[in-house]
Amino acid sequence: MTKDEHKAGIGGMANPTRYGIERVAYWLMRLTGLGLLAYFVAHIYETSNILRGQVGWDEFLALTQTTEGHIFLALVIAMCVFHTVNGIRVMLGHGGIGVGTPARPDYPYDPASQNYRHKIGIYSAILLAAIATMYGLAVMFGE
Amino acid sequence: MAQVSSIANEQTSTPVSSSKSVMLRISRYNPEHDDSSKFMEFNVPYEKWTTVLEAILEVKKHFDHSVAVRYSCRQATCGSCGMMINGKPRLACFTKISELDSDVVTVEPMNNFPIIRDLAVKFERLFDTHQKIKPYLIRDDTELETDEREFLQSPKELEQYIQFANCIKCGLCNSACPTMATDSSFVGPQALAQAYRYVADSRDKGKDSRLKIIDESHGIWRCHFAGSCSQVCPKGVDPAMGIQFLRGYLLGFRS
Repeated sequence: MTKDEHKAGIGGMANPTRYGIERVAYWLMRLTGLGLLAYFVAHIYETSNILRGQVGWDEFLALTQTTEGHIFLALVIAMCVFHTVNGIRVMLGHGGIGVGTPARPDYPYDPASQNYRHKIGIYSAILLAAIATMYGLAVMFGE
Repeated sequence: MAQVSSIANEQTSTPVSSSKSVMLRISRYNPEHDDSSKFMEFNVPYEKWTTVLEAILEVKKHFDHSVAVRYSCRQATCGSCGMMINGKPRLACFTKISELDSDVVTVEPMNNFPIIRDLAVKFERLFDTHQKIKPYLIRDDTELETDEREFLQSPKELEQYIQFANCIKCGLCNSACPTMATDSSFVGPQALAQAYRYVADSRDKGKDSRLKIIDESHGIWRCHFAGSCSQVCPKGVDPAMGIQFLRGYLLGFRS
């Protein structure tokens, strides 16, 4: 990419403030996707500690039993639930399901593809992620 | 340092009746000799009906005629005056200052388009991608040979694509698209929506060839359904809808 192209860049791509909840969902989807990918890599590293025997395994697992470990796992729960629920919404949308029907547009041209079904889907994903995270925190800190 | 000028201090050729004024910040940049863009600021009087384009033209008339802006029809038909207005892509002729609800109006060239100068951007790439998807009816018998035959279409069939035929190629959708922000090769929402416009046309027989064109790594699969393209479209085209329908064909949801 050259300067001449005047691209908005990663800052423009990631800015979730200008285009409504759909753009926020897009941003969260990418962020949680990257977060889950990082967790996946870390998880492989974590489970590979079994090769160090019982002691090595217990030592590493003890990290997840700390306050920081609990918060980290709560974040993983949040990312996983949001990515799953919103992912189902996006996959249905990608198939053309629930994106409205073509019609002659009338001013002020509210886009049919950004309809209440998708907004409910996005808010549901956020709400379910929050509930699951709170439940996870209650379980982990309630031990 | 931004330069601030005021029409109230100038000798104007037309009487200024407005009591309200707005600070118009115009991005100035000439790629031939500037390293970066800078803003010039002007106090411009406005009425309830004054558009951003009219305010820019006031500046050109009274302060600085060198401000580069592209415009033509002034009625949201030609698609020439797309620009970033207070951080969002809009048509300057279709955006009233009073609707922005701000004392400061900042105008910049559209993102994701190379700058010619100031607010004017190059459209070559948009036209190239538009042409790439074959924006015309494809069928063996395109030429009418007798007066007795024409390509009949029912109102219901017309409804399937007429919304997408409203595209004025202003480029606002490409400017708002988060994928276009980083991917220089992405075909873009404008071209994809136009691909659907022709695929959905009952007279057209070129569906397979168009789907083949967009079914590539920088094609339709780079769309993540953020929907920003549809939110900024000044003609109600809703490119996001067309793109998802188009992808529905490729995924087997539609036939």
